[in-house]
Amino acid sequence: MKFTIGWLKEHLETKISDNGLIEKLTDIGLEVESFENLNSDLDNFKVAKIINAEQHPNADRLRVCDVDIGKENNVKVVCGAPNAKKDVLTVYAGPGSIIPKNNMKLTISKIRGVTSYGMLCSESELNLSDESEGITELKKTKYSDKIGKNFFKNKSEKVVDLSITPNRPDCLGVRGIARDLAAAGGGKLKNISKKNIKKNGSQTIKVSITKEKSQGCTIFGSCLITGVTNKESPKWLKEKIISLGQKPISAIVDITNYVMLDLNRPLHAYDADKIDKKIIVRNSKKGETFEALDNKEYKLGDDMCVISDNSGVLGLGGVIGGTRSGTEINTKNILLESAYFIPRSIRKTSKLLNIDTDAKFRFERGIDPQSIELGLSKAAELISEICGGKISNFDIQKTDKYEKNKIKFNVSLFEKITGFKVNDNEIVKILTNLGFEVSNKKLELDLKIPTWRPDITQPIDIVEEIVRIKGYNKIETLEPEKNKIKDTLNKQQKLFHFLQRSVASKGYFETVTWSFTDSKINSLFKENLKEIKIVNPISSDLDVLRNSIFTNLTFYLKKNLDRGFKDISLFEIGPIFKDSKPGEQLTVLGAIKSGKVSRLNWNENERPVDVFDVKKDVIQTLVEAGYERKSFFIRDKSPSYYHPGKAGSVFLDKDDIEPVAYFGDIHPNIVKKLDIKTEGLVGFEIYLDHLKENKIKLKDRKPNFEYSDYQKSERDFAFIVDKNFKAQDLIEIISSIDQNLIRSIKIFDIYEGENIPDGKKSIALNVTIQSSEKTLEESDLEKINKLIISTVETKSGAKIRS
Amino acid sequence: MSDIKKIKDEYLNKLDSDLNIEILNQIKTELFGKNGKISNSFKSLGSLPNDERKKFASDLNTIKDELQGKIDSKLQEIETKEINSKLKNEKVDVTLPEREFSRGKIHPVSQVIDEISSIFSEIGFSVEEGPDIENEHYNFTALNTPDNHPARDMHDTFYLDNNKELLLRTHTSPVQVRTMLNGKPPFKVIAPGRTYRSDSDQTHSPMFHQVEGLHIDKNINMGHLKGCLNFFIKSFFEVDKIKMRFRPSHFPFTEPSAEVDIGYEIKNGKIVIGEGDKWLEILGCGMVHPNVLKNVKVNPDKYQGYAFGIGIDRLGMLKYGINDLRAFFETDYRWLNHFGFDPLDVPSNYRGLSR
Repeated sequence: MKFTIGWLKEHLETKISDNGLIEKLTDIGLEVESFENLNSDLDNFKVAKIINAEQHPNADRLRVCDVDIGKENNVKVVCGAPNAKKDVLTVYAGPGSIIPKNNMKLTISKIRGVTSYGMLCSESELNLSDESEGITELKKTKYSDKIGKNFFKNKSEKVVDLSITPNRPDCLGVRGIARDLAAAGGGKLKNISKKNIKKNGSQTIKVSITKEKSQGCTIFGSCLITGVTNKESPKWLKEKIISLGQKPISAIVDITNYVMLDLNRPLHAYDADKIDKKIIVRNSKKGETFEALDNKEYKLGDDMCVISDNSGVLGLGGVIGGTRSGTEINTKNILLESAYFIPRSIRKTSKLLNIDTDAKFRFERGIDPQSIELGLSKAAELISEICGGKISNFDIQKTDKYEKNKIKFNVSLFEKITGFKVNDNEIVKILTNLGFEVSNKKLELDLKIPTWRPDITQPIDIVEEIVRIKGYNKIETLEPEKNKIKDTLNKQQKLFHFLQRSVASKGYFETVTWSFTDSKINSLFKENLKEIKIVNPISSDLDVLRNSIFTNLTFYLKKNLDRGFKDISLFEIGPIFKDSKPGEQLTVLGAIKSGKVSRLNWNENERPVDVFDVKKDVIQTLVEAGYERKSFFIRDKSPSYYHPGKAGSVFLDKDDIEPVAYFGDIHPNIVKKLDIKTEGLVGFEIYLDHLKENKIKLKDRKPNFEYSDYQKSERDFAFIVDKNFKAQDLIEIISSIDQNLIRSIKIFDIYEGENIPDGKKSIALNVTIQSSEKTLEESDLEKINKLIISTVETKSGAKIRS
Repeated sequence: MSDIKKIKDEYLNKLDSDLNIEILNQIKTELFGKNGKISNSFKSLGSLPNDERKKFASDLNTIKDELQGKIDSKLQEIETKEINSKLKNEKVDVTLPEREFSRGKIHPVSQVIDEISSIFSEIGFSVEEGPDIENEHYNFTALNTPDNHPARDMHDTFYLDNNKELLLRTHTSPVQVRTMLNGKPPFKVIAPGRTYRSDSDQTHSPMFHQVEGLHIDKNINMGHLKGCLNFFIKSFFEVDKIKMRFRPSHFPFTEPSAEVDIGYEIKNGKIVIGEGDKWLEILGCGMVHPNVLKNVKVNPDKYQGYAFGIGIDRLGMLKYGINDLRAFFETDYRWLNHFGFDPLDVPSNYRGLSR
């Protein structure tokens, strides 16, 4: 909402400075977006200094001047004035300027082969005097420190731009703003001067509002003005319209706009001669069409509120008028409309047709239903004043009476909500100034709500009115209470934060990417999850919700590879989506790693990242988070976006159905499809929702501290097993032989090839044996050795390698 | 007696010279070997008369200990010398690079969320979460923003179905609704999370982060709201004083509503929070609207309180001098490395928010 201070003062008598008013506006909830001068054409004329003037190579009378206009670089201007000499201060007009004397618009042009950027002006060209012999010479004493500054003072009024919240339609008119300021002690609201305009004869175009379900119009006021001469608006009106950044059109259109901005009372003017006999306000029928003032043809649906005549639709009530009945410069007779449309109906229609107009914006927020006649009077008066013509009596059709709503307000609610007290008289005064009618001035006030405040419906709204006028700075700042109702984080949230920092501590950079992604990439990772399309995506390559963290991670990994990075570790923890209903999402930590380990290292051999790098990271993370490594179970099954032979899944327990994590090489086909160029690409995912909550608190989780000081013995074994036999199974077989004696098992070599039969491999392992009761004797050790060999051989079909 | 004294003097003298390990061993044999001089002297003890024997034995033991001690210390001396001379050949260039280490980083948004949670934890708030996909009811209607409300236009909403029933939440406020529906007052929660609006330019990203706050009890008024936010802003920006301004505003789900500005100035091209005469809007808040309380089955005559919503990314930008919002979500390795935090820098009450 834009207006000038001058305009505001037509409604407000005030002694407060402009800046004081601006501050007050913000304090009462009318947020000031900006307060500045309008740009003026004269802003193009700058004080300038000729730095150098040389003879034009092709013309005796012209000079080429280097001109300092206060910018970084000087500009070249070709000038014919005899006084265009070095060190002269003058007035420079850049390309695009309009010369006041002849309204000529300057362009960059070549003058006898030399390009000239603008012009140095004579006094006559600037309408300062008749002196046209040479360029303006400015006094050095006054202007030498003003190079680059505007030569003309900007005389345009300062314009205030307010951001009006949707609850305050009344402040979409200058008068409403003045009223609010007055209530807050910003001055006195002036009365609207009521001139008695002469009205003659009746309004002869019959108006009817049809009675039907969901009729969007409840009041239709109108008058005829006959014998007008439409013309260009007078200067004062044009300036008002321009000051708000709008374009003057014709007196009649400008007047209706002016009244709308002044009183928030939208009006519409029809060319009365183009109306076919009568006005019918009715619901549209599906398929009806009309051409609107934005020159578009609209096809209407059922039940949109239209203003029509015998020939069809004239316009959409409260939204936009039609070209068929629009006023033109030669319009002679007009019908002026001032109506009330129901916000809900306006909103529905404009949304369906996707139309946004000033009138629609106002009606959908709620126009004062009691401003019908005020609007007609003010506009009719101005039209007859400027364009002449005879005004008919007003015709008001109504299907609803808009009485002021009543509300009871218990004054104690104010202190209860705001924490401070305002005395009752002041409350009454504030409300009265805002237009409320207040009676029964005791503890409970009977209030009649002004009809321009559709936002006020209940006592809490009254609290807001009083506190905002009184000032939010009156609210005390109370020390926060520190009492806690429950723990800050629950178990799952603690796990989230723990995993996040645990993975980052292993060298991964955390990233945050959008929850939506490119369906083409997503399809590579979505497995059997449902694709969830966004109906109105921000762009076609962000069209679905992600089914996997890997979609965005691989996309951005590639971008970083393209930037020249090679060894990249990235992770993100956040939602992936299973389906499109609230809650059908999982929290997943996804991590990805590319390139090599120890690249270009002087003391380590470099190698591509591999599945065991990520296996280490995922297992270590889970162990750090408090899960027991011994009970983990690894399966070689993984989603299809992993390498079929170099990936696995982690189960917290052998009997679990759902894995808590996957790890492995990313499938080479995907790497190829995404055109990712790197030596190795591996990743892992942890599904937080599948991680069982550790019900026992850490303080209760530590078992008794038991240890043995008896001597440890180590034994090495090598077993020849089937190639597909899993190391995990071998370890399980051995460790279950005697949990008390076998303390640890380490695999230290895997070998295939010479001396090993085809289809077999050798697994070499080291077993640590220790008793907690005694020092083992050679015979005890021999016994357990034999047991290990025989058990492994029977259970796995392995052979001890001799 | 004079014999053993002579032996002593002779050998102490020998042991004082520069010896190698072989000569030292030879001396040892000469003294303490089977036929060594000291060993033989002990053997001669038996042939001495009783009255001499005691004195001689005592003298002999003293001399033996002295020589033995001297040999031991000489041995240590030689060994040390040998090790030292060996070490001379073991020198490496310690200025060569250490073995590689990789240092991960925590994203600024995560760090800021942890900072926020830590601050609110101090004044008794707990953390709640809600789904990213919401239905129209929780996101709008239950928050006193019915379908025909123009305030809906201020949220450019991503929809997941043509009936506009399912959507990506446009703010974290639906968590208020879910929290209150699932529990009983009092409520004292914050809800950080992802939010979405179909808007994209320098200062708007289609996804961003908000933290919602909600405190409902019997007598929570606007003074508590002011106190809570004052505490939060001061703690977050780690300043003692903060210039704050509460301005009336409008949100359908709070009444009265306010926007909060903080004072700032630009010093040497950098934004300084807390001082200065410029204002920066950082959050919206207000007293929870009675209609919202009714919608979640909380009696507005008995309970009241405040709610607020803060843009997390924006707070992070201000605190850590990040200029471009969109860079938060573009995963530029250089940016993550530059603005990211060490994973061990966990914001907490006792060790402070940041180093």
